[in-house]
Amino acid sequence: MTTKPLRLKELAKGEDRFAHGHRMCAGCGAPIVVKQVLMATDYPIIASNATGCLEVSSCIQQFTAWKIPWIHSAFENAAATISGVETMYRSLVKQGKIEEQNVKFVSFAGDGGTYDIGFQSLSGAMERGHDMMYICYDNGAYMNTGIQRSSATPFGANTTTCPAGDAIPGKLQHRKDLTRIMAAHGIPYVAQASPANWMDLMKKVQKAFEIKGPKFLNVIAPCNRGWRTKTDDAITLAKIAFETCYWPLFEIENGVTKITSKPKEKKPLVDFLKPQGRFKHMFAPENEWMLVQAQEYVDAQWERLLKDEAAG
Amino acid sequence: MSKKFWEELPQGSVVLEAGSSAKFKTGSWRSMRPRWIEENCIQCMFCWMYCPDMSVKVTEEGKRADFDFEYCKGCGICALECPGKKGNKAIVMEGEGN
Ligand SMILES: Cc1ncc(C[n+]2csc(CCOP(=O)(O)OP(=O)(O)O)c2C)c(N)n1
Ligand code: SF4
Ligand code: SF4
Repeated sequence: MTTKPLRLKELAKGEDRFAHGHRMCAGCGAPIVVKQVLMATDYPIIASNATGCLEVSSCIQQFTAWKIPWIHSAFENAAATISGVETMYRSLVKQGKIEEQNVKFVSFAGDGGTYDIGFQSLSGAMERGHDMMYICYDNGAYMNTGIQRSSATPFGANTTTCPAGDAIPGKLQHRKDLTRIMAAHGIPYVAQASPANWMDLMKKVQKAFEIKGPKFLNVIAPCNRGWRTKTDDAITLAKIAFETCYWPLFEIENGVTKITSKPKEKKPLVDFLKPQGRFKHMFAPENEWMLVQAQEYVDAQWERLLKDEAAG
Repeated sequence: MSKKFWEELPQGSVVLEAGSSAKFKTGSWRSMRPRWIEENCIQCMFCWMYCPDMSVKVTEEGKRADFDFEYCKGCGICALECPGKKGNKAIVMEGEGN
């Protein structure tokens, strides 16, 4: 199939494969991610979805927002489920029971379902080499059950299981660098994207669909309930996230790292933290050390990424 | 959509109609309402691309049409991201019912 041209005017003429009437909160970033992923290609797609906000709100008995075959099994096994579907498809094609139709297999899951609870099934599916793409929409906590910390929750964030108060000033650990962990699986394609740079995100999806084998895409998905922000700033924050290098846009193709969009000038991390209520306490005078530490961590990660890129 | 009893539902919680969520109108969630000012619109389609609720209508020629108020939840993302013409926004948010 020829790659779909990514011109907004042309794309707008197409039909959405994710319908309105879903029940994600007003201004949620996750449906923007899903619609961009599905819009990037005309290939037939079959998806699995781990339990979480996206799954719970996109398919409520009789009402599904999905216009593609979609399956929900459990929280911990989205990757195992789609790897089974992919294997069955290959087997049926081999047996001559169905025709090869270039079907693409995708898993969607939140960060809790990816970094923590679904990690073993994700790691296993990647190691077995299934022809599938796993897409994590990372909103930085278990949002669907009321903002519990996950290993993707950034340092300092206030969540219901690491509440900022007298005992602790929010989360004391840095986030798990899952994108690099996935790259360490030696799979052919790993990337990080943001819906605020739709072109970059969709190019990555297109590229990944042309690669055989396991692919992993980590996409930042602002959540105004959990981040304690306004309902209108999901895209603005998803943009500041890469402008501050908190969420760099890069890909690792066959082990080679490439930063796909470098900010002209690296903005200070506080530009990302300040608009979010979950980091409010970090701006109290006694917590200044937290701002320093958060910035140092982002700087170190960014320097390492630049080095990886330079190493080729 | 009429409610079904469990005996009438397909087995295994299978939903057979793709995109049936369209029967559930989320427009009633809105407390703020976007207004499109066509003369300031440069047809960039950012609002369409970023709307989480697929609530910006498009004509057959791929041009921006009005909002779909049956589904728009009034989040305001479209208004915030709209570049408009010469700094004049083509989308403004107003209180619902005003
Ligand atoms: C094994 C298991 N544990 C706990 C739950 C309860 N549960 C449902 S959704 C959810 C949170 C999902 O978080 P995440 O994956 O980050 O997605 P989000 O809701 O943030 O989009 C939890 C804990 C469950 N369904 N299954
Ligand atoms: S206010 Fe939100 S839901 Fe309504 S059209 Fe704008 S972006 Fe879409
Ligand atoms: S974002 Fe604004 S200028 Fe662009 S198409 Fe929408 S209304 Fe028109």
